[in-house]
Parts: sequence; C-alpha cells; structure tokens
Amino acid sequence: MIARFIAPAFALIAFALPASANVDIQRVTSPGGLEAWLVQDNSIPFVAIDLWFDGGGSADVEGARGAVHLMAATLEEGTGDLDSQQFAATLEGLAASFSFSTYRDNLVVSAQMLTENREDALALLRGALVEPSFDPVAVERVRTQVIQGLQADANDPNDIASLTFNELAFQDHPYGSSLDGTIESVTALTRDDLVTAHRNILVRDRVAIGVAGDITPEDLGVLLDNLLGDLPLAEIELPGDVTPTLPGGVSVVDFPTPQSSVLFGHSGIARDDPDFFPAFVMNQVLGAGGYRSRLMEEVREQRGLTYGISTWLSLGANSPMMMGGFSSSNDLVGEAIEVVQAQWADIAENGITQAELEAAQRYMTGSYPLRFEGNSEIAGIMAAMQSDDMPVDYINTRNDNVMAVTVEDIQRVAARLVDPDGLHFVVVGQPEGLEASN
Amino acid sequence: MFRPLRLAIGLAVIPFAAAQAADDVTEFTLDNGMHVVVIEDHRSPSVTHMVWYRAGAADELPGQSGIAHFLEHLMFKATDDLETREFSRIVEANGGSDNAFTSWDYTAYHQRVASDRLGLMMQMEADRMRDLILDPGQVDTERQVILEERAQRTDTSPGALFNEQLRAAMYLNHPYGRPIIGWRHEMLGLTLEHARDWYELHYHPNNAILIVAGDATPEEVRALAEEHYGPIPAHPDIVAEESRTRPQEPPHTATRYVHYEDPRVANPYVSINFLAPERDAGDQEEAAALTLLAAVLGGSDFTSVLSRELQIESERSLFSAAYYNSTSLDASSFTLLNMPVPGVSLEEAETEIMEVIDTFLEDGIEPAQFERIQFQFAASEIYAEDDVAALANAYGGALTSGLTVADIQAWPDVIAATTIEDVMEAARDLFANEATTIGYLSRPEAEETATSEVSQ
Repeated sequence: MIARFIAPAFALIAFALPASANVDIQRVTSPGGLEAWLVQDNSIPFVAIDLWFDGGGSADVEGARGAVHLMAATLEEGTGDLDSQQFAATLEGLAASFSFSTYRDNLVVSAQMLTENREDALALLRGALVEPSFDPVAVERVRTQVIQGLQADANDPNDIASLTFNELAFQDHPYGSSLDGTIESVTALTRDDLVTAHRNILVRDRVAIGVAGDITPEDLGVLLDNLLGDLPLAEIELPGDVTPTLPGGVSVVDFPTPQSSVLFGHSGIARDDPDFFPAFVMNQVLGAGGYRSRLMEEVREQRGLTYGISTWLSLGANSPMMMGGFSSSNDLVGEAIEVVQAQWADIAENGITQAELEAAQRYMTGSYPLRFEGNSEIAGIMAAMQSDDMPVDYINTRNDNVMAVTVEDIQRVAARLVDPDGLHFVVVGQPEGLEASN
Repeated sequence: MFRPLRLAIGLAVIPFAAAQAADDVTEFTLDNGMHVVVIEDHRSPSVTHMVWYRAGAADELPGQSGIAHFLEHLMFKATDDLETREFSRIVEANGGSDNAFTSWDYTAYHQRVASDRLGLMMQMEADRMRDLILDPGQVDTERQVILEERAQRTDTSPGALFNEQLRAAMYLNHPYGRPIIGWRHEMLGLTLEHARDWYELHYHPNNAILIVAGDATPEEVRALAEEHYGPIPAHPDIVAEESRTRPQEPPHTATRYVHYEDPRVANPYVSINFLAPERDAGDQEEAAALTLLAAVLGGSDFTSVLSRELQIESERSLFSAAYYNSTSLDASSFTLLNMPVPGVSLEEAETEIMEVIDTFLEDGIEPAQFERIQFQFAASEIYAEDDVAALANAYGGALTSGLTVADIQAWPDVIAATTIEDVMEAARDLFANEATTIGYLSRPEAEETATSEVSQ
C-alpha cells in the first residue's frame, strides 16, 4: 500500500518530547547504582527495555572505521556455549526480540520480553552484551553482509546524498564519513578491533536506560545489576564538537536516475540553547514533516514539484544542524531549489505570522500526549531523554515552553539561524539546467 | 542515513498475526449499511479513526491505472464545507495527524487524535464522503505530485521496477498485475472526470467500514457514527462484499522468466513466485499452513530452512527469504528469494534454492523449530495489544479482503491448530505447480556499478 505522504526519509529529527502525557515516570536506582526511568504498566504481560550507550559509530578508534557498527551487528551471533544458530533458536523459543543498532552518537539496544520467561530472556541478553563470542566464522558472515550493504548504499541516491553532504560538512571528524565504514576499512577490520570496540562502547557508566511495561521498580533494580553490572567503566574519550565547513551553494553528484535526491542544510542550534524553542517552533512552520508546512505548500501543493519535502533540526551531539530533503524529477529540481531558497530568505527576513505561530503551537502542544503510545515507544523516549541530558520535568514544561514563543522570538532566531546564503544543497541525479556552485 | 544491518531479530521477522482480544472488539452496522468496528484500549486518551472503502487499484477500469490512488490524494482538497487542505489543518490544529493509503483491495483514510475530538473527525470524514469538489487546476497540479511520487517510489528503485514487471508477468488476467500507483503513461491521462466517476461509484456508506480504535466505548462510537455518518444514504448499486468480483486467474501452465537489468543493481537476486490461495471467510486452514510454511522456510536469519542451508551451511547466499501474504481478496502469491554471494550466478542460485525445497519436502520440519514458531505466534498476540493502531490496520485490511470479524478472531486458533503434516501438505501442493514466475534482477554484463563524482 502507498500513503499520501511519507514520513521524512531522513533521520534524527529533533523529536518533540511529550509533555504532560499521562505517564508516571519512576526514577529507579539499582542496588549497584545504575539509574533507569521506568513507566510501569501491568496491563500487558511484557516489558520493553531500551539501553542507549553513548559514543555509537562516532567512537570508532583511528584506523578502524566501521568497527562499532560491525561489533553491534555481531552481538547476536553467539555467547558462551551458544553459537549464532543456538542463540537465535533460544531467543525464538522465548518469543523475545532484541535489536542492536548503531547511530552516530549512540549504540541502541532495544529488547522486548514476556513476563512469563523474563529471567531466561535477560540471561540471554546479558550474554550478548557482556560476553559476546565474536566467533570468527560469524564475524566473516556479518562482514560480508555489511559490505553488501555498503555496495547497495553506493547505488542509492539518498545514501549518496547523505554521505556527500557529511563529507563536505565535517571532513575528518567522524560525522564526515559513514559509520558503516568503507569497503576497504570493513575488509581490514580484525576480531581484535571488535573486541576493542565492545570494550569501549559497552560500559556501565555511559548508558541511558528506559523501561516500560510489566515490571516493578524492585524487580527492575535487580534486573539491571544482573544485566549490566559486569560491564566495565568507560576508558576512552568521545569525539569533540565540530563546526561544519561547507559554504552555501549547490553540489551535484552525477548519477543515472530520472529523479534527483536533494539534501540541504547549514549550522543549527543545540537543545540547550536559550533560543531552542523558538527555533523548534519556527522549523515546524517552515518545513517539519507530517505537517502542512510552508515548504509543503509552496513546493508540493502549489507547484507539484515533489511528493514530499521536510526540514528538521538535527541535534547531533557534536554539531547541531538545520537540514532538509526532498526528491524532484531532473527537469523540475532546479525550480524546486529556487523555491526553497526563496522560502529560506523570506523566513530569515520576515519571520512568521501570528496565525502561523498559533497554528503550530496548537499542533505541537496537542499532539504531544499522543506520543506516549505503547511500551516500546515509551521505553525509547525514556532512554533518549536521559541520553540527551534532559531533565525528567522537561515533560511538564515542554508545552509551556512552546506556548511562550512569540513572533518576535522567531524573528530574532530566524535572523540568527536561517542563512539563505549559507544554505548548501547536495543534488544526486542528472538535474537539468542546474549549475554546481559554491 | 542510518541503515542498521539488521534492525531486529526474533519477532520482527516472523509474519505474525494481529492479536485479537475478542472482549475488546465490538461490531455493528448503521441503517445505511456502513459497517462499524470498535477496538477498545483505554490506556491513553487517544483514538485512531479510520474509514476504509472497498475499492482499490484492482477495481479500476482498464486504462485508468492509478485512479484509486489519485482520488485518495484529491480527497484532501475542498468540499462544500471545507476549503482545500482545511481538513488537515483542522486535524493539526487539534493536535492530531492524518493520512491515507491505497492498496489493490482498499483505500483508507485515518486520523489519530485526542479521544474527545472523535466527533469532529467523523464530521469531516462524513463530509468528504459525498461532498468533494474537484477543481481542474488542482487536479493538474496533483497529477504532477503523483508522478513525482511514482518517480520517488518506483522509477528511482531498480528493485521496485523489477517487482512491478514481475507482478505484471505473474498475474495473467487478474488486475493485481497492475501497479497501485499506476503505469506512468496512464497516470498522464487521468482526468477530473475519471476521478469524479471513481468517487461516485465507490464513496458511499454501504461501501465503507468505520474502525475506531483506542479510548472510546461502543456506545459513544455508535451515537457519534449515527449522528455524522447515519444521514448519508446508501447507494443502491453498491454490491455486497461477497459479490465483489474481478477477472480471476486461469490455471498457470507455463513458466515465465522475467529478466530485468539495471546498472544501479548492487546485489543481483532471483525471485521465484507461486500463485497461492489466500484466507477466505470460514476457510483459513490452508492460508494458515502457508503462513507457517513461510516462517519455517524463511522467517529467521539463523534458524529457518533457507538461511540455514544457503547462508550458514553452504555460504552460497548473502540473503534468502520466503514471503507469503495471507490477506488478500483474490489469489495471493508465495515468493522464494535468493541473493547469491558474488561469483555465484542467478541460474545457480535458482537451482540451489529449489534443491533446498526438494530436500525439505523429503525431510520435513524439525519439531523443535515448529514448536518455537507456534509459540512466537501465540506471543505475538500479547505484543500486538501494545499497538492498537496496528490492530485497527489489521482489521481494516482483513475486512476489505473478504473476511469477517469472526474470521479475524479465529485466525490465532486456526494457526495454533495447524500441524506439521498440514504444513507439509500445503507445501507439497504449492511446490507441485512447476509453472512459476521467475525473476532475475541483475546489472548489465561488463558494466561496473554506477559511480558518482561530486562537482561543486
């Protein structure tokens, strides 16, 4: 089935955290000193656990690009006496699910398990996290899959756009390359590289823990010590901040496809900036996905130049960015870029209207309680908030902060943040009548 | 951007049934024939409101492929009471989100809002069921949008272009062979009159199913539905679900090969497709067996038959899978897929995956594996309760595919009652038909994968 519009195909949207939703967050500290945020709900007999380890793909050590990603993908390949097939069979027999995902700033472990066999599921998860085998045969198989993924990325216009933009913006910083590594770097990784990456990332003092579902705070405390208590403490420094270096303009990557993929952006704003909320509301009006934004109106509804366009505040730990993306046929993409540039200039100079502000505030404050839907979703939000150093009362103040934003605030922030001359577009395709420039 | 290698293991790869907590599901019919299903979940004060029409791409007239989906887009334009896009603006002003989707058997519209806004959603959805206003200029602009959508979803993706051709080759007579988005040359010719005719033919309460899922009681839903949808008259030409008919498939007696080459293909693969029966009202046993067969053959990266033999034991395959979609109004399909490691040809990949099937038909299913899969299906009912919006989707999809609420609720029991011998019998029947549709996706000989150069 196909939808009327799709959610933005680009990651790391500044996600508006729910506010006064009817969730009761308990801060649980285990006997061993691990802290978790728990939303207890006994109505369905399972629990969802999210573990967000700091560092992620950006914490690869020199010369081992892709090691964290390959390590995370190999965690499910066996532990102790269990080889990969036995591990999978045990997991299936428990009807539990584990996932291990690598992002720029985090390695995220998400688990769901039934109440009836929670102890067994946790023992299996502990094995994967604390004592993974990194069996050489399994490592080779996963390496082959990663390389296959890299080959596919090299033929995907969206992936090419993302990598190109990041290379131009961040160069030698880890943000400037794919966290999957390159075919060359992944080919050269050794088992020792994986062991090192595991030692560096899976540490008990750099993990944010979110839990939701059928468990008591007392049981959770014991569970956490069993699950994570044997992990070591952090030893490495994580990467520092980086300032994007790319100037305004257009880069074109020639690629044989009838429709160009476009990624655009410039520097953004951090969540702890005093002007974050005005920027957050402004982005809603300008181009937030799933909303009748200015860009959707101008590029899609009025002109039919794209199926979907969105912008987002990317809150990467080392460099906040203001980003956007869309796809347009090769003969239309030049016009679409001109419309985006004009909208960028307009909001930088004129800000937004009172009516636009109020509509965005109604949407943002009204939709926020709807985010707390389901144990898995809630566990993820609980962990993400802590990983971002957000206070637990953010949930109670967030809507007030949105409502306090005025058109004057947005005028000020737009003048500071929105930079039509500094906006860089990466276009992957065969655009007609569009000159590369910078 | 981020493409984690394997997002999840365990549950996510098994094609699970939706959970059905029978106590929480109520159905009734309005006097005008509109079918209503209420799925209660009072954990949070929100509600999903959906209207499903029994009309999709497989119901389109020849030459008008894409009209069902085009009309879905145009439904967000003006009505006699609402300006263009005011529908979505009002939803957003109430903190909600809305969207719509089209498939071969249905078109559905949905909103997610705080539960005290349910009446407003019904008021607006009822308004656009009969009072849509189509404007020629907007039709032209929106046609451009759906062409861009086709470019984004299909034309830029070798895999999507391949699947489109494969599907067209697979279905000899049934309109399931046409793409939902439409063939580009026919999309270019879609007019306001085509959209108007489609709308007049299908958008009536006795051709619609209302699903409300979340924090609402059946009594509240009935009162609101009678107020907002009740006054819309039934249309006499709408046929009952059981008499909704399309051209059916003849027996497949010839094997067809489809070979699609594209320089953007990174990893070639072969896809082998069998016409397969779907779930029918009161008759879901064979579909249950095929659902379990797909899980046994291809439900796990590690323990299922295909991955064990091809990926782990012989290491001849990068990826292998088995797919079966049980929920469909007319004949469905069962697919085997093999993406070989570099150096192994697609001909070899085809031979090797069929050899695994032949061995499987002799050896049968390991009881321990079958037991694990059955337990996972049972557990999926527990996990599914966590996502009431997904439950609403599962009900809508099944009800527009000729099934009843009773069928949906019986499905987990039908799965649980299915034995290893039932699955093996279904497998023998399925694979006995040698007239399959076999697709090769590859890149042209002697051509490197596309490379990219940056200029700025």
